Amino acid sequence: MTKQLTVLDVTLRDGSHSMRHAFTEQQVRDVARGLGEAKVKYFEVSHGDGLGGSSLQYGFSKVDELKLIAAAKEECGDSAISVLILPGIGLKEDLKNAVKAGATMARVATHVTEANVAGQHIYLSRELGLKTVGFLMMAHMAPTSVIVEQAKLFESYGAEIIYVTDSAGAMLPHEVKERVAALKSHVACEIGFHAHNNLSLAMANTMAAVEAGATYVDGSLRCLGAGSGNTQTEVMVAVFDRLGYETGIDLYRTIDVANEVVAPFMPRPQEITGSSLMMGYAGVYSSFLLFTQEAAKKYNVDEREILVELGKMKAVGGQEDLIAEIARNIAVVK
Amino acid sequence: MVKLKVAILGSGNIGTDLMYKIERSEYLTMSVMVGIDPTSDGIQRAKDRGYHTITNGIAGLIACPELFDIVFDATTANAHSAHSEQVLALGKKIVDLTPAAIGPFVVPCANLEKYVAVDNVNMVTCGGQATIPIVYAINQVVDVTYAEIVATVASKSAGPGTRANIDEFTRTTARALEEVGGANKGKAIIILNPAEPPIMMRDTVHVLVNEGGKEEEITKAIEEIVNAVQQYVPGYRMTSAPIFEGQQISVFLEVEGAGDFFPPYSGNLDIMTAAAVQVGNQMAKLQHGTVKSN
Repeated sequence: MTKQLTVLDVTLRDGSHSMRHAFTEQQVRDVARGLGEAKVKYFEVSHGDGLGGSSLQYGFSKVDELKLIAAAKEECGDSAISVLILPGIGLKEDLKNAVKAGATMARVATHVTEANVAGQHIYLSRELGLKTVGFLMMAHMAPTSVIVEQAKLFESYGAEIIYVTDSAGAMLPHEVKERVAALKSHVACEIGFHAHNNLSLAMANTMAAVEAGATYVDGSLRCLGAGSGNTQTEVMVAVFDRLGYETGIDLYRTIDVANEVVAPFMPRPQEITGSSLMMGYAGVYSSFLLFTQEAAKKYNVDEREILVELGKMKAVGGQEDLIAEIARNIAVVK
Repeated sequence: MVKLKVAILGSGNIGTDLMYKIERSEYLTMSVMVGIDPTSDGIQRAKDRGYHTITNGIAGLIACPELFDIVFDATTANAHSAHSEQVLALGKKIVDLTPAAIGPFVVPCANLEKYVAVDNVNMVTCGGQATIPIVYAINQVVDVTYAEIVATVASKSAGPGTRANIDEFTRTTARALEEVGGANKGKAIIILNPAEPPIMMRDTVHVLVNEGGKEEEITKAIEEIVNAVQQYVPGYRMTSAPIFEGQQISVFLEVEGAGDFFPPYSGNLDIMTAAAVQVGNQMAKLQHGTVKSN
């Protein structure tokens, strides 16, 4: 029997970090149309830090995300649009507005130990009839027992799918397998996995997750995402096809949209630079990358020193304000 | 000098910390702790320290009007409106530490003078108490067109109420950045960090102003207001000098609590109770004038 797998493309959300939140409406239309034609069932459109992420802290969106969601909706045919929301950043009304613009899935994201800030957003998402996901970020920072306990909270609020999210690209395949397998045996929800490629393990980790029972996996075209990006969607489609999984996605069309639409607007290749490697190694949130590079330049300090310090301070997703301060302090000490 | 008698509604952590701070006040005297659970730690502590305790909630308190002049409400937003109605009906004052915000927002060093005579005032949020003074100070020098704050607190110091109502925190703080801070538009972000040992509360204030420059004047205004906040929260400080970049200014703050009942890292909880006591003190001073003239 063929095993079913849902690939969710995050180019238009995680890629927003790499694009410094400057996606144009045309870029979004073109990607959305391509993903629709390739029969990618779900794809995500939001500011990189989720709904309401447009800010001085994370970067203002060049085009309002609601406008981008509505544009994507017009182009994407039978594909469905997901939005990310981080309680503490995005508000319930942001989610309602996203639904009006065309979203039908909500992924409610918290740090891996803080699922109980997501109750009101998960309830609302279910009330609005959305496919509802609990997204446990920085999963490398908590032991499996804690992840299970947090997943149970998400499940109790009404999440239908729970993601293990390797925001720092810091996990190794056996760690992914252990966490996904534990969730699989302790919660009734479907399990998903979201990777970052900082240690060149995104595809391997995604395979490990699927082997352990994950049925939702995230990818981005040409890896366009924070840090070194995500598992490459088109590669993943090919790999899972070879492994005998049914994704329902047209490989050639996926390659076409990656080559013809995404590659031309990418600001830089998603290669594993010294600093993204360090993020995976030190366990630092992937979207800190560009902020760290800017701060390193401005204060003339080594990017790696900033990243290691962020790792030491156990910074969590969203703490971009630490970066400039750390860089300046390193510069002062010197 | 006649001190105002205080009733604390809500015998949880906030109420308990308030009790300790009120003990040090020159203008307030702790009188009665009101809860709904006779076995709660806060009720026990109040009893041990020789205060009245009431364990049937607001009904019990209203039956003993001689025990209090001013109420600090450290319960929940839902409960607050009923509490407020009954307390005001007795002609007494109420300081609201819940997100209910029936009365005007008060941040002591920004607008307390304006509202000290109002009978129900609201203490905004912890993030608001920590950041609004900065926005207010900058706005005295140049027009703040946009104010955004990022409050990062230790997971251990974010209680179940905050967690279940995180949207209320961001929404209320954003509104108060406008109404009290004076920004044309406000935005608030809250982040919980579970690191061990727990991190000190951190607040970053990013603002956009209508004209660049005036760095010296703005820095001076910020330093002055930091001093003013330190009068009631000694552990409130900038962790480094403000960053000026064109029309953007970023200010980095840390709030260390007094360690009364909460551990010092819980600066977020401490700044709420300290600011509330400061409001109570000012109300008492005003009332004291009245008492004397009678």
